[in-house]
Amino acid sequence: MDGPALIALLQQAVPGATVESAPSIDLHTSVYVSRDHVLDVARVLRDAANLRFAFLAELTAVDVWPREPRYEVVYVLVSIEHRLRLRMKVRLHGADAHLATVSGIWPAANWLEREVWDLFGIVFDGHPDPRRLLMPEDWEGFPLRKDSPVQIRRPPHVAEALQVTEEEFAANVERDRLTRRG
Amino acid sequence: MAETTTRDQESGLRTETMTVNMGPQHPSTHGVLRLVLTLDGEVVRSASPTIGYLHTGIEKTAEQKKWQQVIPLVERMDYLSAQSNSMAFCMSVEKLLGVEIPERVRNIRVLMAELQRINSHLVWLGTHGMEVGAVSVMLYCFRERELLLNINEMIAGFRLFPSYMRVGGLREDLPRGFHDAVRAFLDRFAVKLDEYEDLLTKNEIYLKRTQGVGVISKEDVVSYSLLGPIARAAGVDYDVRRVFPYLGYETYDFNVPTRTAGDAYARYQVRVAEMRESMKICRQALDRITPAGKWAIDDPRITPPPKDRVYTEMEALIQHFLIYSQGFTVPAGEAYVPVEGPRGEQGFFVVSDGTNRPWRIKSRAPSLLACQALERMIVGGLIADVIAVIGSIDVVMGDVDR
Repeated sequence: MDGPALIALLQQAVPGATVESAPSIDLHTSVYVSRDHVLDVARVLRDAANLRFAFLAELTAVDVWPREPRYEVVYVLVSIEHRLRLRMKVRLHGADAHLATVSGIWPAANWLEREVWDLFGIVFDGHPDPRRLLMPEDWEGFPLRKDSPVQIRRPPHVAEALQVTEEEFAANVERDRLTRRG
Repeated sequence: MAETTTRDQESGLRTETMTVNMGPQHPSTHGVLRLVLTLDGEVVRSASPTIGYLHTGIEKTAEQKKWQQVIPLVERMDYLSAQSNSMAFCMSVEKLLGVEIPERVRNIRVLMAELQRINSHLVWLGTHGMEVGAVSVMLYCFRERELLLNINEMIAGFRLFPSYMRVGGLREDLPRGFHDAVRAFLDRFAVKLDEYEDLLTKNEIYLKRTQGVGVISKEDVVSYSLLGPIARAAGVDYDVRRVFPYLGYETYDFNVPTRTAGDAYARYQVRVAEMRESMKICRQALDRITPAGKWAIDDPRITPPPKDRVYTEMEALIQHFLIYSQGFTVPAGEAYVPVEGPRGEQGFFVVSDGTNRPWRIKSRAPSLLACQALERMIVGGLIADVIAVIGSIDVVMGDVDR
Protein backbone atom coordinates (compact mmCIF):
# COMPACT_ATOMS: atom_id res chain seq x y z
CA MET A 1 0.00 0.00 0.00
CA ASP A 2 1.47 3.35 -1.00
CA GLY A 3 1.25 6.70 0.77
CA PRO A 4 -1.85 8.29 -0.83
CA ALA A 5 -3.91 5.09 -0.48
CA LEU A 6 -2.92 4.79 3.18
CA ILE A 7 -3.80 8.41 3.88
CA ALA A 8 -7.18 8.01 2.16
CA LEU A 9 -7.87 4.89 4.21
CA LEU A 10 -6.92 6.56 7.50
CA GLN A 11 -9.00 9.65 6.78
CA GLN A 12 -11.98 7.49 6.00
CA ALA A 13 -11.54 5.32 9.08
CA VAL A 14 -10.97 8.18 11.52
CA PRO A 15 -13.26 11.08 10.60
CA GLY A 16 -11.91 14.44 11.65
CA ALA A 17 -8.27 13.39 11.82
CA THR A 18 -5.70 15.33 9.83
CA VAL A 19 -3.35 12.94 8.06
CA GLU A 20 -0.77 14.45 5.74
CA SER A 21 2.01 12.91 3.76
CA ALA A 22 5.53 13.76 4.98
CA PRO A 23 8.70 13.90 2.86
CA SER A 24 10.71 10.70 3.03
CA ILE A 25 14.16 10.05 1.59
CA ASP A 26 14.41 6.38 2.56
CA LEU A 27 11.08 5.65 0.81
CA HIS A 28 9.34 4.49 3.98
CA THR A 29 5.82 5.89 3.89
CA SER A 30 5.69 8.82 6.31
CA VAL A 31 2.62 10.60 7.56
CA TYR A 32 1.88 13.45 9.93
CA VAL A 33 -1.06 12.83 12.23
CA SER A 34 -2.82 15.47 14.31
CA ARG A 35 -2.17 15.17 18.04
CA ASP A 36 -5.77 14.62 19.12
CA HIS A 37 -6.31 11.62 16.86
CA VAL A 38 -3.16 9.60 17.60
CA LEU A 39 -5.00 6.91 19.51
CA ASP A 40 -7.72 6.39 16.90
CA VAL A 41 -5.24 6.32 14.04
CA ALA A 42 -2.96 3.95 15.94
CA ARG A 43 -5.82 1.55 16.58
CA VAL A 44 -6.75 1.52 12.89
CA LEU A 45 -3.12 0.98 11.89
CA ARG A 46 -2.83 -2.01 14.20
CA ASP A 47 -6.19 -3.64 13.51
CA ALA A 48 -7.16 -2.89 9.87
CA ALA A 49 -6.98 -6.14 7.92
CA ASN A 50 -4.90 -4.69 5.10
CA LEU A 51 -2.43 -2.91 7.42
CA ARG A 52 -1.80 -4.93 10.63
CA PHE A 53 1.04 -2.81 11.98
CA ALA A 54 1.45 -5.10 14.98
CA PHE A 55 5.00 -4.05 15.83
CA LEU A 56 5.99 -0.66 17.19
CA ALA A 57 9.65 -0.91 16.26
CA GLU A 58 10.68 2.46 17.62
CA LEU A 59 9.24 5.50 19.31
CA THR A 60 11.33 8.60 19.66
CA ALA A 61 11.25 12.36 19.36
CA VAL A 62 13.12 15.10 17.56
CA ASP A 63 13.54 18.64 18.87
CA VAL A 64 13.74 21.25 16.09
CA TRP A 65 14.23 24.20 18.46
CA PRO A 66 14.03 27.18 17.91
CA ARG A 67 11.39 26.50 15.27
CA GLU A 68 7.76 25.87 16.20
CA PRO A 69 6.06 23.40 16.42
CA ARG A 70 9.08 22.35 18.32
CA TYR A 71 8.79 18.60 18.81
CA GLU A 72 8.11 15.75 16.46
CA VAL A 73 7.23 12.42 18.05
CA VAL A 74 8.14 9.62 15.65
CA TYR A 75 6.57 6.14 15.61
CA VAL A 76 8.25 3.51 13.42
CA LEU A 77 5.78 0.75 12.64
CA VAL A 78 6.30 -2.65 11.03
CA SER A 79 3.74 -4.95 9.48
CA ILE A 80 5.24 -8.38 8.95
CA GLU A 81 2.10 -9.76 7.38
CA HIS A 82 2.10 -7.24 4.52
CA ARG A 83 5.82 -6.40 4.53
CA LEU A 84 5.16 -2.72 5.20
CA ARG A 85 7.00 -0.06 7.16
CA LEU A 86 5.46 3.21 8.20
CA ARG A 87 6.68 6.30 9.98
CA MET A 88 3.96 8.17 11.82
CA LYS A 89 4.84 11.60 13.15
CA VAL A 90 3.07 13.97 15.48
CA ARG A 91 3.98 17.65 15.76
CA LEU A 92 3.85 19.26 19.20
CA HIS A 93 4.26 22.88 20.30
CA GLY A 94 6.88 23.57 22.93
CA ALA A 95 4.41 25.24 25.28
CA ASP A 96 1.93 22.40 25.05
CA ALA A 97 4.03 19.25 24.71
CA HIS A 98 1.73 16.41 25.63
CA LEU A 99 -0.13 13.68 23.79
CA ALA A 100 -1.96 10.45 24.55
CA THR A 101 0.02 7.33 25.38
CA VAL A 102 -0.11 4.44 22.92
CA SER A 103 1.06 1.90 25.53
CA GLY A 104 -2.47 0.50 25.62
CA ILE A 105 -2.19 -0.38 21.94
CA TRP A 106 1.47 -1.41 21.76
CA PRO A 107 2.74 -2.36 25.25
CA ALA A 108 6.31 -1.90 23.96
CA ALA A 109 5.64 1.84 24.04
CA ASN A 110 5.80 1.82 27.85
CA TRP A 111 9.57 2.20 28.23
CA LEU A 112 10.01 4.02 24.93
CA GLU A 113 7.61 6.74 26.09
CA ARG A 114 9.30 6.88 29.46
CA GLU A 115 12.58 7.49 27.65
CA VAL A 116 11.07 10.31 25.59
CA TRP A 117 9.62 11.90 28.74
CA ASP A 118 12.97 11.49 30.47
CA LEU A 119 15.09 13.04 27.72
CA PHE A 120 12.68 15.52 26.05
CA GLY A 121 10.07 16.28 28.70
CA ILE A 122 7.15 15.36 26.47
CA VAL A 123 4.23 14.24 28.63
CA PHE A 124 2.28 11.13 27.68
CA ASP A 125 -1.22 11.46 29.10
CA GLY A 126 -2.48 8.34 30.81
CA HIS A 127 0.88 6.59 30.91
CA PRO A 128 0.78 3.66 33.37
CA ASP A 129 4.24 4.21 34.88
CA PRO A 130 5.43 7.76 34.23
CA ARG A 131 8.89 7.85 35.75
CA ARG A 132 12.32 8.74 34.40
CA LEU A 133 13.99 5.81 32.67
CA LEU A 134 17.67 6.55 32.05
CA MET A 135 18.52 9.68 34.03
CA PRO A 136 18.70 9.72 37.84
CA GLU A 137 15.35 10.37 39.58
CA ASP A 138 16.55 13.71 40.96
CA TRP A 139 17.80 15.03 37.62
CA GLU A 140 16.56 18.47 36.68
CA GLY A 141 15.88 19.30 33.06
CA PHE A 142 15.63 17.24 29.91
CA PRO A 143 19.04 16.58 28.38
CA LEU A 144 18.17 15.88 24.74
CA ARG A 145 16.37 19.20 24.31
CA LYS A 146 18.41 21.42 22.05
CA ASP A 147 18.42 24.26 24.59
CA SER A 148 19.81 21.96 27.26
CA PRO A 149 23.55 22.65 27.74
CA VAL A 150 26.08 20.05 26.62
CA GLN A 151 28.56 20.56 29.44
CA ILE A 152 27.43 21.60 32.87
CA ARG A 153 29.10 21.74 36.24
CA ARG A 154 27.28 20.19 39.12
CA PRO A 155 28.44 20.00 42.71
CA PRO A 156 29.85 16.58 43.57
CA HIS A 157 27.05 14.22 44.38
CA VAL A 158 27.44 12.32 47.62
CA ALA A 159 25.04 9.46 48.11
CA GLU A 160 24.10 8.34 51.58
CA ALA A 161 21.91 5.51 52.68
CA LEU A 162 18.29 6.53 52.34
CA GLN A 163 16.93 7.63 55.74
CA VAL A 164 13.20 7.41 55.15
CA THR A 165 10.45 5.21 56.40
CA GLU A 166 8.51 3.04 54.05
CA GLU A 167 5.58 5.48 54.03
CA GLU A 168 7.82 8.43 53.26
CA PHE A 169 9.44 6.45 50.46
CA ALA A 170 6.08 5.68 48.89
CA ALA A 171 5.06 9.32 49.25
CA ASN A 172 8.29 10.47 47.56
CA VAL A 173 7.74 8.14 44.65
CA GLU A 174 4.21 9.47 44.29
CA ARG A 175 5.46 13.07 44.44
CA ASP A 176 8.13 12.45 41.79
CA ARG A 177 5.69 10.99 39.32
CA LEU A 178 5.28 13.24 36.38
CA THR A 179 2.89 16.11 36.71
CA ARG A 180 1.65 18.24 33.87
CA ARG A 181 3.54 21.54 34.04
CA GLY A 182 1.00 24.35 33.79
CA MET B 1 13.78 -5.84 52.66
CA ALA B 2 10.06 -5.33 53.01
CA GLU B 3 7.73 -8.10 53.97
CA THR B 4 4.00 -8.49 53.79
CA THR B 5 2.43 -11.04 56.06
CA THR B 6 -0.61 -13.06 55.11
CA ARG B 7 -2.16 -16.10 56.67
CA ASP B 8 -2.64 -19.12 54.48
CA GLN B 9 -6.37 -19.85 54.22
CA GLU B 10 -6.24 -23.64 54.50
CA SER B 11 -3.42 -24.42 56.87
CA GLY B 12 -3.57 -21.22 58.91
CA LEU B 13 0.20 -20.88 58.61
CA ARG B 14 1.72 -17.43 58.48
CA THR B 15 3.31 -16.78 55.05
CA GLU B 16 5.35 -13.84 53.92
CA THR B 17 6.52 -12.39 50.66
CA MET B 18 9.94 -10.91 50.63
CA THR B 19 11.34 -8.09 48.52
CA VAL B 20 14.95 -8.56 47.52
CA ASN B 21 17.25 -6.45 45.47
CA MET B 22 19.32 -8.13 42.76
CA GLY B 23 22.07 -6.04 41.26
CA PRO B 24 23.12 -3.57 39.97
CA GLN B 25 26.51 -5.13 40.58
CA HIS B 26 25.49 -8.77 40.35
CA PRO B 27 28.07 -10.57 38.21
CA SER B 28 25.46 -12.42 36.16
CA THR B 29 23.40 -9.46 35.03
CA HIS B 30 25.55 -8.70 31.96
CA GLY B 31 26.46 -5.20 32.96
CA VAL B 32 24.62 -3.17 35.54
CA LEU B 33 20.98 -4.15 35.63
CA ARG B 34 19.06 -3.92 38.88
CA LEU B 35 16.02 -6.04 39.61
CA VAL B 36 13.70 -5.60 42.56
CA LEU B 37 12.06 -8.97 43.06
CA THR B 38 9.13 -9.89 45.26
CA LEU B 39 9.51 -13.50 46.32
CA ASP B 40 7.01 -15.95 47.68
CA GLY B 41 9.33 -18.66 48.88
CA GLU B 42 11.39 -19.36 45.79
CA VAL B 43 8.77 -18.14 43.32
CA VAL B 44 9.09 -14.68 41.80
CA ARG B 45 5.81 -12.81 42.25
CA SER B 46 6.80 -9.49 40.72
CA ALA B 47 9.90 -7.98 39.21
CA SER B 48 10.77 -4.44 38.31
CA PRO B 49 13.96 -3.79 36.36
CA THR B 50 15.81 -0.52 36.88
CA ILE B 51 18.16 0.58 34.13
CA GLY B 52 20.22 3.64 33.33
CA TYR B 53 23.42 2.85 35.21
CA LEU B 54 25.40 2.82 31.96
CA HIS B 55 23.72 5.86 30.43
CA THR B 56 26.49 7.89 28.86
CA GLY B 57 24.47 10.21 26.63
CA ILE B 58 25.98 8.98 23.38
CA GLU B 59 23.03 10.40 21.43
CA LYS B 60 23.64 13.87 22.88
CA THR B 61 27.39 13.60 22.33
CA ALA B 62 26.86 12.60 18.71
CA GLU B 63 25.02 15.85 18.05
CA GLN B 64 28.25 17.73 18.77
CA LYS B 65 30.41 15.57 16.48
CA LYS B 66 30.94 15.53 12.76
CA TRP B 67 29.28 12.69 10.85
CA GLN B 68 32.35 10.50 10.57
CA GLN B 69 33.28 11.06 14.23
CA VAL B 70 30.04 9.40 15.29
CA ILE B 71 31.13 5.97 14.04
CA PRO B 72 33.42 5.12 16.99
CA LEU B 73 30.69 6.35 19.35
CA VAL B 74 27.94 4.12 17.99
CA GLU B 75 30.28 1.12 18.02
CA ARG B 76 30.46 1.51 21.78
CA MET B 77 26.68 1.37 22.25
CA ASP B 78 26.17 -2.34 21.78
CA TYR B 79 29.74 -3.34 22.48
CA LEU B 80 29.31 -6.94 21.33
CA SER B 81 28.10 -6.03 17.86
CA ALA B 82 30.28 -3.05 17.03
CA GLN B 83 30.44 -3.63 13.29
CA SER B 84 26.67 -4.07 13.00
CA ASN B 85 26.12 -0.76 14.78
CA SER B 86 28.51 1.20 12.60
CA MET B 87 27.17 -0.50 9.48
CA ALA B 88 23.59 0.45 10.36
CA PHE B 89 24.65 4.02 11.04
CA CYS B 90 26.65 4.32 7.81
CA MET B 91 23.77 2.89 5.80
CA SER B 92 21.34 5.47 7.21
CA VAL B 93 23.75 8.30 6.41
CA GLU B 94 24.39 6.92 2.93
CA LYS B 95 20.64 6.86 2.39
CA LEU B 96 20.50 10.57 3.26
CA LEU B 97 23.46 11.31 1.00
CA GLY B 98 21.82 9.33 -1.78
CA VAL B 99 25.00 7.41 -2.64
CA GLU B 100 25.14 3.85 -3.90
CA ILE B 101 28.09 1.84 -2.57
CA PRO B 102 30.06 -0.55 -4.83
CA GLU B 103 29.19 -4.23 -5.05
CA ARG B 104 32.46 -5.34 -3.46
CA VAL B 105 31.92 -3.12 -0.42
CA ARG B 106 28.43 -4.56 0.00
CA ASN B 107 29.85 -8.09 0.06
CA ILE B 108 32.57 -7.15 2.54
CA ARG B 109 29.95 -5.55 4.79
CA VAL B 110 27.85 -8.71 4.66
CA LEU B 111 30.89 -10.76 5.63
CA MET B 112 31.77 -8.42 8.50
CA ALA B 113 28.20 -8.37 9.78
CA GLU B 114 28.00 -12.16 9.80
CA LEU B 115 31.39 -12.56 11.49
CA GLN B 116 30.18 -10.05 14.07
CA ARG B 117 27.03 -12.09 14.59
CA ILE B 118 29.09 -15.22 15.25
CA ASN B 119 31.33 -13.20 17.55
CA SER B 120 28.38 -11.86 19.54
CA HIS B 121 26.63 -15.23 19.74
CA LEU B 122 29.87 -16.81 20.99
CA VAL B 123 30.05 -14.37 23.89
CA TRP B 124 26.38 -15.02 24.57
CA LEU B 125 26.81 -18.81 24.45
CA GLY B 126 29.86 -18.68 26.68
CA THR B 127 28.38 -16.46 29.37
CA HIS B 128 24.96 -18.11 29.26
CA GLY B 129 26.56 -21.55 29.52
CA MET B 130 28.67 -20.42 32.44
CA GLU B 131 25.66 -19.01 34.27
CA VAL B 132 23.77 -22.28 34.12
CA GLY B 133 26.82 -24.22 35.24
CA ALA B 134 28.70 -25.20 32.06
CA VAL B 135 31.93 -23.30 32.69
CA SER B 136 33.95 -25.18 30.07
CA VAL B 137 31.69 -23.85 27.28
CA MET B 138 32.74 -20.33 28.21
CA LEU B 139 36.43 -21.18 27.82
CA TYR B 140 35.89 -22.85 24.45
CA CYS B 141 33.72 -20.02 23.09
CA PHE B 142 36.25 -17.37 24.06
CA ARG B 143 38.98 -19.45 22.42
CA GLU B 144 37.19 -19.30 19.07
CA ARG B 145 36.21 -15.66 19.55
CA GLU B 146 39.89 -14.84 19.87
CA LEU B 147 40.34 -15.81 16.21
CA LEU B 148 37.60 -13.36 15.21
CA LEU B 149 39.23 -10.62 17.26
CA ASN B 150 42.49 -11.41 15.47
CA ILE B 151 40.70 -10.85 12.15
CA ASN B 152 39.46 -7.49 13.46
CA GLU B 153 43.00 -6.62 14.48
CA MET B 154 44.15 -7.55 11.01
CA ILE B 155 41.72 -5.27 9.16
CA ALA B 156 41.82 -2.27 11.46
CA GLY B 157 44.43 -2.69 14.20
CA PHE B 158 41.70 -2.67 16.84
CA ARG B 159 40.13 -5.78 18.26
CA LEU B 160 36.78 -4.82 19.77
CA PHE B 161 35.80 -1.60 17.99
CA PRO B 162 37.50 -1.65 14.60
CA SER B 163 35.68 1.43 13.13
CA TYR B 164 36.28 -0.25 9.80
CA MET B 165 32.93 0.80 8.34
CA ARG B 166 32.93 4.33 7.01
CA VAL B 167 30.27 6.46 5.39
CA GLY B 168 30.69 5.65 1.72
CA GLY B 169 32.48 2.35 2.15
CA LEU B 170 35.32 1.07 4.29
CA ARG B 171 38.38 2.58 5.92
CA GLU B 172 40.86 0.88 3.60
CA ASP B 173 41.23 -2.22 1.47
CA LEU B 174 41.38 -5.71 2.94
CA PRO B 175 44.86 -6.65 4.19
CA ARG B 176 46.96 -9.37 2.64
CA GLY B 177 46.08 -12.80 3.98
CA PHE B 178 42.55 -11.80 4.96
CA HIS B 179 40.82 -14.49 2.89
CA ASP B 180 43.06 -17.20 4.33
CA ALA B 181 42.44 -16.05 7.89
CA VAL B 182 38.65 -16.05 7.47
CA ARG B 183 38.70 -19.43 5.67
CA ALA B 184 40.85 -20.92 8.41
CA PHE B 185 38.40 -19.65 11.01
CA LEU B 186 35.35 -21.01 9.15
CA ASP B 187 36.93 -24.44 8.67
CA ARG B 188 37.88 -24.68 12.31
CA PHE B 189 34.66 -23.23 13.67
CA ALA B 190 32.40 -25.68 11.79
CA VAL B 191 33.98 -28.51 13.82
CA LYS B 192 34.08 -26.56 17.08
CA LEU B 193 30.40 -25.64 16.89
CA ASP B 194 29.57 -29.36 16.80
CA GLU B 195 31.67 -29.75 19.94
CA TYR B 196 29.70 -27.04 21.76
CA GLU B 197 26.50 -28.73 20.76
CA ASP B 198 27.84 -32.03 22.10
CA LEU B 199 28.37 -30.31 25.42
CA LEU B 200 24.94 -28.67 25.69
CA THR B 201 22.22 -29.73 23.26
CA LYS B 202 21.43 -33.07 24.90
CA ASN B 203 23.00 -32.35 28.26
CA GLU B 204 20.47 -33.43 30.90
CA ILE B 205 21.42 -30.64 33.32
CA TYR B 206 21.33 -27.99 30.63
CA LEU B 207 17.91 -29.20 29.43
CA LYS B 208 16.54 -29.10 32.98
CA ARG B 209 17.84 -25.56 33.45
CA THR B 210 16.45 -24.16 30.19
CA GLN B 211 13.43 -26.11 28.92
CA GLY B 212 10.18 -24.45 29.90
CA VAL B 213 12.11 -21.62 31.55
CA GLY B 214 11.45 -17.98 30.67
CA VAL B 215 8.65 -18.80 28.27
CA ILE B 216 7.26 -15.93 26.23
CA SER B 217 4.25 -16.40 23.99
CA LYS B 218 3.96 -15.32 20.39
CA GLU B 219 1.39 -12.67 21.37
CA ASP B 220 3.72 -11.16 23.96
CA VAL B 221 6.60 -11.14 21.49
CA VAL B 222 4.44 -9.08 19.15
CA SER B 223 3.18 -6.67 21.78
CA TYR B 224 6.68 -6.11 23.23
CA SER B 225 8.19 -5.62 19.73
CA LEU B 226 10.89 -8.22 20.19
CA LEU B 227 12.13 -8.44 16.62
CA GLY B 228 15.04 -10.86 16.67
CA PRO B 229 16.17 -14.27 17.95
CA ILE B 230 13.72 -14.08 20.88
CA ALA B 231 10.84 -13.63 18.44
CA ARG B 232 12.09 -16.38 16.15
CA ALA B 233 12.32 -18.74 19.13
CA ALA B 234 8.63 -18.05 19.81
CA GLY B 235 7.52 -18.71 16.25
CA VAL B 236 7.54 -15.23 14.68
CA ASP B 237 9.21 -15.74 11.32
CA TYR B 238 10.79 -12.31 10.95
CA ASP B 239 14.32 -11.58 9.86
CA VAL B 240 15.16 -8.19 8.35
CA ARG B 241 17.54 -9.93 5.95
CA ARG B 242 14.60 -11.87 4.55
CA VAL B 243 11.64 -9.50 4.87
CA PHE B 244 13.33 -6.18 4.00
CA PRO B 245 16.57 -7.27 2.26
CA TYR B 246 19.54 -4.90 2.23
CA LEU B 247 23.14 -5.19 0.93
CA GLY B 248 21.99 -7.87 -1.51
CA TYR B 249 21.01 -10.46 1.11
CA GLU B 250 18.32 -11.69 -1.27
CA THR B 251 21.08 -13.18 -3.45
CA TYR B 252 22.52 -15.32 -0.62
CA ASP B 253 21.35 -18.81 0.15
CA PHE B 254 20.51 -19.14 3.85
CA ASN B 255 17.67 -20.22 6.13
CA VAL B 256 15.98 -18.35 8.94
CA PRO B 257 15.79 -20.82 11.84
CA THR B 258 12.65 -20.64 13.97
CA ARG B 259 11.30 -22.57 16.94
CA THR B 260 7.90 -22.40 18.59
CA ALA B 261 8.53 -23.19 22.27
CA GLY B 262 9.58 -19.64 23.20
CA ASP B 263 11.67 -20.82 26.18
CA ALA B 264 15.36 -20.40 26.96
CA TYR B 265 16.20 -23.66 25.22
CA ALA B 266 14.45 -22.58 22.00
CA ARG B 267 16.45 -19.36 22.06
CA TYR B 268 19.62 -21.43 22.43
CA GLN B 269 18.63 -23.59 19.46
CA VAL B 270 17.81 -20.57 17.30
CA ARG B 271 21.10 -18.85 18.03
CA VAL B 272 23.21 -21.95 17.42
CA ALA B 273 21.38 -22.56 14.13
CA GLU B 274 21.95 -18.90 13.25
CA MET B 275 25.69 -19.34 13.70
CA ARG B 276 25.59 -22.19 11.18
CA GLU B 277 23.62 -20.04 8.72
CA SER B 278 26.07 -17.17 9.25
CA MET B 279 28.92 -19.50 8.34
CA LYS B 280 27.10 -20.38 5.12
CA ILE B 281 26.69 -16.69 4.27
CA CYS B 282 30.33 -15.98 5.14
CA ARG B 283 31.56 -18.63 2.71
CA GLN B 284 29.35 -17.28 -0.09
CA ALA B 285 30.43 -13.71 0.58
CA LEU B 286 34.09 -14.68 0.74
CA ASP B 287 33.87 -16.31 -2.70
CA ARG B 288 32.47 -13.08 -4.14
CA ILE B 289 35.09 -10.75 -2.64
CA THR B 290 38.15 -10.22 -4.79
CA PRO B 291 41.40 -9.84 -2.80
CA ALA B 292 41.90 -6.31 -4.12
CA GLY B 293 39.48 -3.77 -5.57
CA LYS B 294 37.28 -0.86 -4.65
CA TRP B 295 36.76 -0.26 -0.95
CA ALA B 296 34.79 3.02 -1.08
CA ILE B 297 32.83 5.21 -3.42
CA ASP B 298 34.61 7.66 -5.73
CA ASP B 299 33.24 10.82 -4.21
CA PRO B 300 35.90 13.36 -3.23
CA ARG B 301 33.41 15.11 -0.94
CA ILE B 302 32.95 12.08 1.30
CA THR B 303 35.89 9.70 1.06
CA PRO B 304 39.45 10.86 1.75
CA PRO B 305 41.99 10.26 -1.02
CA PRO B 306 44.53 7.42 -0.75
CA LYS B 307 47.59 8.27 1.30
CA ASP B 308 50.09 8.02 -1.54
CA ARG B 309 48.21 10.75 -3.42
CA VAL B 310 48.02 12.93 -0.30
CA TYR B 311 51.82 12.89 -0.13
CA THR B 312 52.35 13.71 -3.81
CA GLU B 313 49.43 15.86 -5.05
CA MET B 314 48.32 19.22 -3.76
CA GLU B 315 44.62 18.71 -4.62
CA ALA B 316 44.57 15.45 -2.72
CA LEU B 317 46.19 17.12 0.29
CA ILE B 318 43.56 19.88 0.26
CA GLN B 319 40.80 17.30 -0.03
CA HIS B 320 42.27 15.27 2.82
CA PHE B 321 42.52 18.38 4.97
CA LEU B 322 38.93 19.45 4.23
CA ILE B 323 37.46 16.06 5.05
CA TYR B 324 39.34 15.68 8.32
CA SER B 325 38.87 19.28 9.50
CA GLN B 326 35.35 20.09 8.34
CA GLY B 327 33.82 16.76 7.47
CA PHE B 328 31.14 16.54 4.84
CA THR B 329 27.64 17.92 4.77
CA VAL B 330 24.59 15.70 4.55
CA PRO B 331 21.36 16.91 2.89
CA ALA B 332 18.55 17.76 5.28
CA GLY B 333 16.10 14.95 5.94
CA GLU B 334 15.66 11.84 8.00
CA ALA B 335 16.34 8.18 7.37
CA TYR B 336 16.04 4.85 9.13
CA VAL B 337 17.60 1.76 7.57
CA PRO B 338 16.85 -1.45 9.46
CA VAL B 339 19.47 -4.20 9.58
CA GLU B 340 19.48 -7.56 11.35
CA GLY B 341 21.93 -7.23 14.21
CA PRO B 342 22.89 -10.14 16.48
CA ARG B 343 20.14 -9.12 18.93
CA GLY B 344 17.45 -8.36 16.39
CA GLU B 345 16.33 -5.49 14.26
CA GLN B 346 18.74 -2.65 14.67
CA GLY B 347 18.90 0.68 12.99
CA PHE B 348 19.65 4.35 13.37
CA PHE B 349 17.01 7.00 12.98
CA VAL B 350 19.16 9.83 11.68
CA VAL B 351 18.03 13.42 11.22
CA SER B 352 20.14 15.95 9.36
CA ASP B 353 19.65 19.70 9.08
CA GLY B 354 21.99 19.97 6.11
CA THR B 355 25.21 20.67 8.03
CA ASN B 356 28.31 18.61 8.81
CA ARG B 357 26.95 17.44 12.18
CA PRO B 358 23.96 15.21 12.86
CA TRP B 359 20.90 16.99 14.23
CA ARG B 360 19.73 13.89 16.04
CA ILE B 361 20.55 10.20 16.01
CA LYS B 362 18.53 7.52 17.74
CA SER B 363 19.49 3.90 17.88
CA ARG B 364 16.80 1.25 17.92
CA ALA B 365 18.03 -0.77 20.86
CA PRO B 366 16.83 -4.40 20.74
CA SER B 367 18.23 -4.99 24.23
CA LEU B 368 16.05 -2.23 25.71
CA LEU B 369 12.89 -3.92 24.48
CA ALA B 370 14.15 -7.34 25.61
CA CYS B 371 14.82 -5.87 29.04
CA GLN B 372 11.30 -4.48 29.13
CA ALA B 373 9.86 -7.93 28.40
CA LEU B 374 12.08 -9.54 31.06
CA GLU B 375 9.41 -9.07 33.70
CA ARG B 376 6.98 -11.12 31.60
CA MET B 377 9.48 -13.97 31.40
CA ILE B 378 10.56 -14.26 35.03
CA VAL B 379 7.34 -13.65 36.99
CA GLY B 380 5.90 -16.97 38.09
CA GLY B 381 9.24 -18.73 37.74
CA LEU B 382 11.86 -19.64 40.32
CA ILE B 383 14.46 -17.17 41.51
CA ALA B 384 17.20 -19.57 40.41
CA ASP B 385 15.89 -19.32 36.86
CA VAL B 386 16.11 -15.51 36.76
CA ILE B 387 19.77 -15.64 35.83
CA ALA B 388 19.18 -18.30 33.19
CA VAL B 389 16.49 -16.11 31.62
CA ILE B 390 18.60 -12.94 31.67
CA GLY B 391 21.36 -14.91 30.00
CA SER B 392 19.05 -16.35 27.39
CA ILE B 393 17.64 -13.02 26.18
CA ASP B 394 21.19 -11.76 25.58
CA VAL B 395 20.88 -8.17 26.78
CA VAL B 396 23.85 -5.85 26.46
CA MET B 397 23.49 -3.06 28.98
CA GLY B 398 25.52 -0.67 26.83
CA ASP B 399 22.76 -0.99 24.25
CA VAL B 400 19.97 -0.64 26.83
CA ASP B 401 21.30 2.57 28.36
CA ARG B 402 23.34 4.09 25.51
